[in-house]
Amino acid sequence: MAAGSLFASVPRAPPVAVFQLTADFREDRDPRKVNLGVGAYRTDEGQPWVLPVVKKVEQKIANDASLNHEYLPILGLPEFRANASRIVLGDDSRAIKENRVGGVQCLGGTGGLRIGAEFLRRWYNGTNNTATPVYISSPSWENHNSVFVNAGFKDIRAYRYWDAAKRGLDLEGLLEDMESAPEFSIFVLHACAHNPTGTDPTLEQWKQIAAVMKRRFLFPFFDSAYQGFASGCLDRDAWAVRYFVSEGFELFCAQSFSKNFGLYNERVGNLSVVGKDADNVQRVLSQMEKIVRTIWSNPPSQGARIVATTLTCPQLFAEWKDNVKTMADRVLLMRSELRARLQALGTPGTWNHITEQIGMFSFTGLNPKQVEYMIKEKHIYLMASGRINMCGLTTKNLDYVASSIHEAVTKFQ
Amino acid sequence: MGKRSSLITVAYRTDEGQPWVLPVVKKVEQKIANDASLNHEYLPILGLPEFRANASRIVLGDDSRAIKENRVGGVQCLGGTGGLRIGAEFLRRWYNGTNNTATPVYISSPSWENHNSVFVNAGFKDIRAYRYWDAAKRGLDLEGLLEDMESAPEFSIFVLHACAHNPTGTDPTLEQWKQIAAVMKRRFLFPFFDSAYQGFASGCLDRDAWAVRYFVSEGFELFCAQSFSKNFGLYNERVGNLSVVGKDADNVQRVLSQMEKIVRTIWSNPPSQGARIVATTLTCPQLFAEWKDNVKTMADRVLLMRSELRARLQALGTPGTWNHITEQIGMFSFTGLNPKQVEYMIKEKHIYLMASGRINMCGLTTKNLDYVASSIHEAVTKFQ
Repeated sequence: MAAGSLFASVPRAPPVAVFQLTADFREDRDPRKVNLGVGAYRTDEGQPWVLPVVKKVEQKIANDASLNHEYLPILGLPEFRANASRIVLGDDSRAIKENRVGGVQCLGGTGGLRIGAEFLRRWYNGTNNTATPVYISSPSWENHNSVFVNAGFKDIRAYRYWDAAKRGLDLEGLLEDMESAPEFSIFVLHACAHNPTGTDPTLEQWKQIAAVMKRRFLFPFFDSAYQGFASGCLDRDAWAVRYFVSEGFELFCAQSFSKNFGLYNERVGNLSVVGKDADNVQRVLSQMEKIVRTIWSNPPSQGARIVATTLTCPQLFAEWKDNVKTMADRVLLMRSELRARLQALGTPGTWNHITEQIGMFSFTGLNPKQVEYMIKEKHIYLMASGRINMCGLTTKNLDYVASSIHEAVTKFQ
Repeated sequence: MGKRSSLITVAYRTDEGQPWVLPVVKKVEQKIANDASLNHEYLPILGLPEFRANASRIVLGDDSRAIKENRVGGVQCLGGTGGLRIGAEFLRRWYNGTNNTATPVYISSPSWENHNSVFVNAGFKDIRAYRYWDAAKRGLDLEGLLEDMESAPEFSIFVLHACAHNPTGTDPTLEQWKQIAAVMKRRFLFPFFDSAYQGFASGCLDRDAWAVRYFVSEGFELFCAQSFSKNFGLYNERVGNLSVVGKDADNVQRVLSQMEKIVRTIWSNPPSQGARIVATTLTCPQLFAEWKDNVKTMADRVLLMRSELRARLQALGTPGTWNHITEQIGMFSFTGLNPKQVEYMIKEKHIYLMASGRINMCGLTTKNLDYVASSIHEAVTKFQ
């Protein structure tokens, strides 16, 4: 037996930044502390929120003697897959009517991205073509890059997105990068509520993006983690995905139900596949089955059952939409309240981006020095990028956060 | 349609041929649904802490020195498959060098058909078979197994079935495990246990964990992918734990930190429901006792079906020896039926089994035993 460990030379991996932030927040004893880091909804009391409709459906499930725990099919619960795809593509979706849509139940949005990436690496633009460029917005969710790298892609590139100077979308840069991208490159697009900037293309801008992508044969891989949560309206938040489908694209859409159902820890996701016809979609799904079988075999039931039950019952569905609107409205309120306070304080700079941005996150524009001040001196935890989670704001801490931002911006430039 | 019997089910069935939600599971699910203190916040990347610790404790034992010495870590995974995949991904990146895709991985011949694909997809290039099933003597080919271990390159990875070998139902005896461990120790072979049937095989948790515990007591560093699909009947909630046993706490912590990175790019963090059910059950003495009882119910029914099937075949005077039906353990039995006989069973008798002759004992019931036994008798006498 070797004297030392077989793992002696395994290095310690650095912790994921956003979780380290929450860990630091937990250890902080200061009573004024505020966590504007991790991306989960909070009530005005600063508490996690289990949606009332979810509690109701969980009771139903626990009391349903007809249910058992037999393995789901490899691709997941059929009622979940079909209804999840319907939710993003629309009740009147022609692609669904034409039977050229398939769903793969996955482990949250991450799982959908990974399965989609694994498939594309094996079967898209040739066979096992690891050289197909994958474009990810600059900035983006920090895990996007790793997912595609670990799926085997060798050429991950950034496309311009955030214009720090004007604090908005760099559409010109984005379109330029698309024009110069090799044909058949994969583009990861945020369906709505871009993470971390909160800045989405307008409808007109999406049309321009789609036109370039169509002309240059670029593959749209949508990441839809906030449908309903962003604007409060399911259809509005799905506009971009539906537009691309109506423009005839074949595309993937990794849907997460973590935020809009508050089911973060049950890992509920669906990878929607839109193809030219049923035969193509079926063959794609058959290959995805092979991929899934070697990772998690078949997906977990509880969360998918909750979502499927809710989406297929008109009463529960209405209740759910109401719960979603509750969350979206509170975020919108915090946005307008924060902006109002900063403007009232006369905080240097412009703050309309706080209300113009959408979804859970806001790119405040705070620089590293200002962020450090916020964390160390004011015990307000936010990402080094200046990203804040609006859900961390409450009527009780709004004043403190606003005045702290004011101090940070006036003390440091 | 009326006489159709499925012996290819992969899950436990009652004597009525129905799926079974364990009574203790139903009870705990109610508790969870009524617990207002619970929410759905993300679990840590490595999973629910109470689940991980107790899952590792279940396989390694309450008195495990490795646990006392704080050199055990758990990663909550998606069933046994998820545990195998995360373990494989880690080993490919960090074991026997960095990104050494050439490290040989040995899988028993035969084995669960998905083992091969998991390691291939994790990036390993050299997957080999080690001899295991001796079809002639219908038992373990220990000599071949040990020979393959002797000739395997040092640091090769060996996938071992902790108990209730799938598909043969044939496990090494305690003495044979000791011989296996001795060779593996001498040749620096890495044990990667697949433990999918703890408790389900013999009815006793400790007995089914003997091999894993023996290896740990012999000082091995090892992985054990545990599944709670069968012994908790929680197939579709994907409850698994990858137990890591290392030389010391520091090594284990560094390994876990790298596993976090791997998990983050696959499922980010694991699903809560199943892990919560298991953790709640394992940490409450009353529920734990009830669970062990439920497990014994399942194991006992399988043992009963084994002895009943063997008795009938012997009473019928079916050519061949049938003691392997009761000597094999767990859900599966390698009947020894050949492809022609299997085809007869399926096409003429509507009894579904695997081409390998593997049957799932859970598919047998008091109602179909006679029919299955007589059908096997016909198949064996009609075809050789």
